[in-house]
Order: sequence, then structure tokens, then C-alpha cells
Amino acid sequence: MEKDIILKVENLSKQYRLGLVGTGTLGHDLNRWWSKIRGKEDPYLKIGESNDRSTKGDSEYVWALKNINFGVERGEVIGIIGKNGAGKSTLLKILSKVTGPTTGEIKTKGRIASLLEVGTGFHPEMTGKENVFLNGAILGMTKKEIQSKLKEIVEFSGCERYIDTPVKRYSSGMTVRLAFAVAAHLDPDILVIDEVLAVGDAEFQKKAIGKMQDISNSDGRTVLFVSHNMAAVKSLCTRAIVLQHGTTVFEGNTNDAVDFYLKSDVANDIAHYVNDNPNEGADILEVSMRDKDNNISGLFGFEDQITLQVKLRVTKDIIEYGSVGFRIKDQNERTVFSSEEDLNNFIEKEGVYFSNIKFPKSVLLPSEYRVIVGYHVPNKQKIRSLFDVVNFRIEETGSMFHKYKGVDFGCVVLDCKWNIKSD
Amino acid sequence: MANKNDNWLYTISPKQKLIDLNLKEVWYYKDLLLLFVKRNVITVYKQTILGPLWYFIQPLFTSVIFTLIFNNMANIPTGEGVPSFLFNLAGITCWNYFKECLTGTSNTFSQNQGLFGKVYFPRVIVPLSVVLTNLVKYGIQILVFIGFYIYYVFFTDKAGGASPKSAIVFIPMLIFFMGILGLGLGMIISSMTTKYRDLKFLISFGVQLLMYGSAVMYPLSFFKKKLPNISWVVEYNPMTTIIEAFRYMTLGVGDYSLPKMLYTALFSLVVFLLGLIIFNKTEKSFIDTI
Repeated sequence: MEKDIILKVENLSKQYRLGLVGTGTLGHDLNRWWSKIRGKEDPYLKIGESNDRSTKGDSEYVWALKNINFGVERGEVIGIIGKNGAGKSTLLKILSKVTGPTTGEIKTKGRIASLLEVGTGFHPEMTGKENVFLNGAILGMTKKEIQSKLKEIVEFSGCERYIDTPVKRYSSGMTVRLAFAVAAHLDPDILVIDEVLAVGDAEFQKKAIGKMQDISNSDGRTVLFVSHNMAAVKSLCTRAIVLQHGTTVFEGNTNDAVDFYLKSDVANDIAHYVNDNPNEGADILEVSMRDKDNNISGLFGFEDQITLQVKLRVTKDIIEYGSVGFRIKDQNERTVFSSEEDLNNFIEKEGVYFSNIKFPKSVLLPSEYRVIVGYHVPNKQKIRSLFDVVNFRIEETGSMFHKYKGVDFGCVVLDCKWNIKSD
Repeated sequence: MANKNDNWLYTISPKQKLIDLNLKEVWYYKDLLLLFVKRNVITVYKQTILGPLWYFIQPLFTSVIFTLIFNNMANIPTGEGVPSFLFNLAGITCWNYFKECLTGTSNTFSQNQGLFGKVYFPRVIVPLSVVLTNLVKYGIQILVFIGFYIYYVFFTDKAGGASPKSAIVFIPMLIFFMGILGLGLGMIISSMTTKYRDLKFLISFGVQLLMYGSAVMYPLSFFKKKLPNISWVVEYNPMTTIIEAFRYMTLGVGDYSLPKMLYTALFSLVVFLLGLIIFNKTEKSFIDTI
């Protein structure tokens, strides 16, 4: 069967200028204009470096995207993954026509609608219903379409009772629900979604994921889905693209792509968390996964020493009753094990402490795991809970099950006492 | 890959035509245009006591003040038998329409960057909605003008010299040109301010200065008599022509001639087209420069 390519991205590149845009641009503009008149190439297009934000570059121009090529078939759900600043959002912005590419082009056979952030264009003074119409129209629906879907939208949002009340009286959760409800009832040929799943309470998130699955499964809609949530990408997408420093480094089926992403050095980012905005008093400052040499790592062999390091600030009032704990979850959201320790067993003075928690060796089976860390006074005060704060992965480096493939052996192997005797 | 892949719906590319106004697309978004107008109209005076009454209050009070200062105090003539209050009201109503179109569209990009940064729709919808919103406002203010006109003609004997001319049928044309002139200038300014913020400061007092050069509170003939050396500034200001023509059509006083009207029409069209071109160039990349 012929492939029905609905969207084609060809040699797409996008250049940004770093530093203070504004002063000095007039000079560059004139220079550009002058070379345009003389029929020469834009002098600033030749320069520019790949977009690696952690290393300092020489040029003030960078390529946020460089020569991206891919095609999307009708009905495909494609995941786009990559760490922060890899160019995901830039790509989506170009796809949704919010900004133009510097070179290259995108060809499409269908209308593209984006769900870059829900609730754009909501006006606080207008009622829920008025906002549904306005928001729907902004997203590209006609009044008639919205009218015919109004009942469904209101029902889906669960805000029926408030629908004639100005949105400024809504709780933030309700606003998000209503906004997502409008967006979920869009009918474009290609839907572009960026991280919307981070909104709402758990119940609503479930509903949202379900709705997205419906959209892609039943109506054969083409979806481009950008997310950091690997579980969501895995469950929704059929194919995925990994971006790194503005270029495509992997394209293929979702599981391979997620594997690739986690294995690449990209993964070190997810093994280290720094609290950018800590409380004045007691708080968790950093969480990281460490290997036997105390280097940050998100990747371990089956028999490696794995250490979880939590850096925390302890205040006087916390010392006596406070405790730190963590939970390890597998990919299916099951808790594998947990552990907790009271602070007063170790600490007498206030200050900043590193707690290094060594996991028992050769227990966790090869898979991906996520860590939840909590800092609290039990049953009294929650200081901080960090869900999925770091991830790590255990590679198959010779557990006793490496001979088998595709069988679920659970998450841990326990050192059972076997005894096999003759009758 | 298949051959049938050649019939693409549209292409996103960096190439830019000079005028890339996709009218079909604008038409597709007509509901959005109307909803924006509705939003602008109903949200302005939410949680105010007087509500839409503000539409009347502002031009009325300005006219009273102008009449007191320019006519009663400074003795600027407003034409034989024409009440100076009506004269001022006519000028202010028109000026307000132009001014609000200009200032309302001149911050299109900076005010909507949140929205523009997330969703695509033809950007020109936003300034268009501002012009339409102001048209509604202008319509209401014209009604006030007509109300006072009737009062002066039928209930006082002061309006002996005021009489509408048959050219009044061309008023919609005047409104149209005022609209596109304000829209065009506004689009130019809003596009330039994305990069050069200086214009934002220029616009607020620039508009105020421009009012004094647009024959709002004095007749052009009076200015010509008093300051003949610089009268060309006022004379070639298209807003002067429009306001003078409006007063000629409704009150029977003012400077009105075909060449001047043609000049104004041409001027407005050129500004409007220029505005469209610049606006179009800006809308594709402004999100990176703002």
C-alpha cells in the first residue's frame, strides 16, 4: 500500500540571535538589507552554531533547529522527545505557524491546530460559555461547529453549573478543564500537542489521556505529541523522533526511541534535580542518582552500586521529628520499594546535609525506575514531596534472566534460599 | 513515496511575498473577528456603574470644554449660524474614531504576544476587530450628534445656518477612509514597535499633537487666515480634509472639494497598503524579536 504522507518537513532550520535583541539590531538590519539589495546572501545566515546551551559559544547566532527532515503518515501519532532546549518547542511553533522557519519548508495536506498551551485567549470578564466560543474560534473553529459541540464540551469539562459565570470566578483547575475541553473537541487533520497532560487533577488527566487516545485511535487523526513524560509517549505514540541540539538524532518506533533517549547522555539530566526555588527554611535542595565513584548517572548495570543522594537543609524545629523517605516506582506506576529514615538518628545541629542512600546490589531488575522523594514531619507537616524527581535505568548486564526476552519477571530478584535434594 | 503527494494544502516556508494577505483565510476566520468585536464591546465597561454611557460622556464633555475654551474664550469662529457646540462635537466624534483606530491597532503585537505566541490565526483579524469595535462606538456617538442636532434645529433658534448638504450620502466613504487610515498607520506602528520600542512613547503624545493639526476645534479657513505660512501642514493632513468634509456634509460649513477628497482617498489607500505589507512581514517573525 502506498504511504499517505500528510505532513512533510524538509531541511527545516531556525536561527535565533542570542543576547540582548534590540540594541544593535538596527545595524544588523541595515547590513542585511544592504546585502539583499546587492543580491547577496544574508551575511548572518552563514554563521551560527548548534544549540548547546551548556557550553559557551563564540557566535551570537545559534541554530535552534538545523536541517530537520521527516514525514508523517495520515493517522500516525508521533512523539517528539528531547531534553529542554533541544528544539521541540521551536519545531512545534513553526508547525503551528506561530513563527516562521529561517530556511526549509513544511508541506501539509491538512489543517494543523495546536494545543501549545490551553486557555489562550480566555477573557476573565466573560462567562464560561462566551469563552468557549471565543477560544474555539481562536483555535480555528467556526461558530457553527462550536454550537454543535457546545453540549459535549460543557459536559466534558464538568463545569456545567458555572457555565454562565465569568471565568474570573473559576478555580484555576476549572479554567484548565474548560480550556482543555474546548481544545479536545477541535477537529483538525493534524493536532499538535505540547505537554498539556501536566494540567488538572489526576482524574482529569486520566480523562485527557483517554480522550487523546480516542482522538488518535478512532478518528484516524494525525497527532504530533511533545512531552517529557516517557510513559505517556510510550502509551500514545506509534513512532517517535529524538531531538538533540536542534538536530534529529533518532527516528523510529517509540520503544527504541525512548530507549535511545534514555541511553544517550541526555539521560544525565533526568538523574539530577536541583531545586531552583527552595524554601527559606527546611527543604530538599538537590536529588541525584550516583554511581560507585559518586558521579551523577542515570544508567546502571545490574550489579552496579546505586546510590540515591538527597541534599537537604535541616532547621531546628525539624530535627527532632522530621524524616526523609523515598519510593521507587517502575514504569507501570507500581511502587517497588520504599524506605524512610528519621533525622534525629543522624543529625544534632541545623545545617545542610547530604544523605546517601545505598540500594542493595543486584536486586532491581533491568528496567526504568522513577524516584519519589519526600521530606516531612510524619502526620504533621509536609515540607516537600517531589514526584518523579529523578529517573534511572538499569541495563541488562547479566542478571539471571538475560537469556529470556519479553517476559515480565517483576522488578526485583530476591536472594531466595533454594534447596534441591534427591528424593 | 507516492506521486499523489504533490497536491499540498499549504506550505510553511520562509519565502515571503510582498503582500501575502490570504483573504480566503481571513474569511474563514470571520466568526473570530465578530467574537473579538463582541469581546471588545462587552468587556470594556464591565463592572462600571455607568457602563456604555461612557460612550456618550467622553465626547460630550470634551465638546463642552472645547466650546468654552476655544469659542467662548478664544473667540474662534465656527461659521455663520452654526452652534459651536455642534461644530466641536462633529470634529471630536470623527477625531475620536480615527484616534481610537490608530491607538487601538498600534499595540496589536505587544498586547497580544501571549496569544500570538501560542496559536495561529490571521493576525490581521485583531486590528480589523479594533476598527470594527470603534465603528460600533462611532455609530453610537453619531446618534448623540444627531440628537443634539435635532435639539438645536427644532428647539432653539441658534442653528439657523446649519443645514446638511446633499453630499451627506458620501459619509460612509469618509468613515471608510478614516478607518483604513487609522488602521494603516496603526499597523505600521505596531509592526515597528516589535523591534523599536521608542515608537510606543511617540504615539501617545504624537496623537495629541496631531489633533491640533487636524482642524478639530477650529475651521481650516480660520487657520489659513491667521497662520498662512504654515497652513499647508494642516491643509495636507488627510484628517483635516475628512473632518472638514464631515462638517460640510452635516452642518454646511467647511472646506470640501473633489481634488482634496481624491488626495485623501489616495493617501489613505497608500498608507493602508503600506501598513498591510509591513504588518505581513512582521507577523511571521515578530515572536522572535519582541
